[in-house]
Amino acid sequence: MTQSRLLGVGAFLLGVFVLVPAFIHLTGRWDFYYTLTSVALLSVSAAGVWLTFYIGRINIGQGAYALLGGYVSAILMTQGGVNFWLTLPLAGLFCAAVSVLIGVPILRLRGVYFAMVTLVLTEVARLTALALPITNGAKGITSIPLPGELSIFGLTLIPDFATLENPKLAFYLMAAALMVLTYLVLWRIVNSRLGHLCRSLQQNEELSASIGVNTAMLRVLAYAISSFFGGLAGAIFVAISQSIYPSSFVVSDSVNFMLYCFLGGLGYVFGPMLGTLLLYFGWDLLSVAREYQLLIYSGTMIALMLILPNGVLSLFDRKGGSK
Amino acid sequence: MTAPILQIKGVTKRYGGLTANSDITFDVAPREILSVIGPNGAGKSTLFKQIAGFVTPTTGEVLFKGNRISGMPPHKVARLGVVRTFQETTIFKSMTVRENVIVAHHLRSKASLLGFFFGSGQARSDEEDFARSADDIIDFLGLQAIRNEMASNLPQGHLRALGMAIGLATHPDVILLDEPFAGMNHDETMRMVGLVRRLRDERGLTVLLVEHDMPAVMKISDRIVCINFGEKIAEGTPAEIQANPRVIEAYLGSEDAAIGM
Ligand SMILES: Nc1ncnc2c1ncn2[C@@H]1O[C@H](COP(=O)(O)OP(=O)(O)OP(=O)(O)O)[C@@H](O)[C@H]1O
Ligand SMILES: [Mg+2]
Repeated sequence: MTQSRLLGVGAFLLGVFVLVPAFIHLTGRWDFYYTLTSVALLSVSAAGVWLTFYIGRINIGQGAYALLGGYVSAILMTQGGVNFWLTLPLAGLFCAAVSVLIGVPILRLRGVYFAMVTLVLTEVARLTALALPITNGAKGITSIPLPGELSIFGLTLIPDFATLENPKLAFYLMAAALMVLTYLVLWRIVNSRLGHLCRSLQQNEELSASIGVNTAMLRVLAYAISSFFGGLAGAIFVAISQSIYPSSFVVSDSVNFMLYCFLGGLGYVFGPMLGTLLLYFGWDLLSVAREYQLLIYSGTMIALMLILPNGVLSLFDRKGGSK
Repeated sequence: MTAPILQIKGVTKRYGGLTANSDITFDVAPREILSVIGPNGAGKSTLFKQIAGFVTPTTGEVLFKGNRISGMPPHKVARLGVVRTFQETTIFKSMTVRENVIVAHHLRSKASLLGFFFGSGQARSDEEDFARSADDIIDFLGLQAIRNEMASNLPQGHLRALGMAIGLATHPDVILLDEPFAGMNHDETMRMVGLVRRLRDERGLTVLLVEHDMPAVMKISDRIVCINFGEKIAEGTPAEIQANPRVIEAYLGSEDAAIGM
């Protein structure tokens, strides 16, 4: 790692974990915690979508995995009495496993065909949640307990959120930490041979196969990692709102995850994070425009995609294609 | 006579009512340079695709070192040591020449998935080996000057050479070159002919190639197989093929064959 890059990472961490909380305490804008927690979690989910883009597949189905992860965590907590911290990886792994089953057949499709099928997935997930007894239909699952204590060998790593004076801050820190970890993982993947192989897949699947890459397996692997992120984010959202309904994640959420990636830049690991931040805040800021909110928002999106087809981050990229 | 490295046995490929390959049979000896010729649409590329695992024969089989490889997926065939280059220019567009060749070394990597992720010692030493080997291949093909060019910016002749470099990076025993000299001028072609010969002489490769450039084919080949309408109509040395009336009628006399260059 170069020195400037290390400095950048340091500044980022300082901003996220120190400056933001300090700012909120000074100004008393506690609502920012909720907003920023949402941004962090949405960007975790979007990171997964970005990875599927990276193997050359347009994924408009991440909402399905967020919903699935949310239900897995909620059901395990309310019906199994499982500690939230254990449900978190389980939700991710369950989503990854399901995505393998779904991915094997559908990842053969390319372009608009794959995109269409994934778009339908979110709706299928919602209808399934409506129909199944275990998800409690339209009534959803409510009064989910706050995350309990996480301790290892009697040592408390994370206190019970219910005993905290300020669970908002705790949720923010948790979401931010998860976001940092997610993007660290993503960055490692992209800058390792795994990432090079994903790029080869994106650029030419036939050639990739002919140099000996098991393309079918690599696609499924990338999709499983993507869905894992979706499930994690969904599970935490559920913990924050302490409830989940079939409509907690819908098609428009799936579409948004994809837009975050587009806006930030498909060629940049940190694209989806920036895209999420910009779009989420942009939408909020535009609320002053009232009935024109959606119009201005969509218009700006279209304009941005025309002017910056490689995403906002391409503005800062002088070399072109660097990560 | 040594045992053949590749055996094409009664390979037939039907696409609906169209028979692209009809009962094609021939053997390829180790370290042989064998050309497959024939008019446009004769079924040459289809044959290569079946050897490399991209298309499964309707009937018949392909054996490599005595084992059946037809019907296997391409990555497994490549792992065994049979790799193809593509007739359409096929490279990784948004990578540099060097990145293209490095990534194509995948089959040589000994690290595990987690090794890649955590940057294990094995993964790192693999990457160093690949970079070195990639530079060797680039030098061999005379691509030094464009090592760091984006592949998408290259002219046709260089793209062909890069396609071959990617194939060589898998360190195959058998390489199938589909029209490797297309888009090259006479000098470039003759230089490539020399390089393909050296692949065989110095690295012990077995080379199959499809080409329409007849002077190059006659110069480079040990043996030639001629296909017409999916059927093998002749097999023999360049001299035998040039004198074969069926070949002359079907192909050499036609406009498809680029005879005088
Ligand atoms: N996937 C496919 N589906 C249907 N028909 C196909 C398919 N692939 C090839 N064909 C047909 O099979 C025949 C042989 O095609 P092939 O590409 O093997 O010819 P070729 O000898 O390589 O020709 P050229 O010299 O023009 O490259 C052609 O008639 C072609 O249209
Ligand atoms: Mg062809």
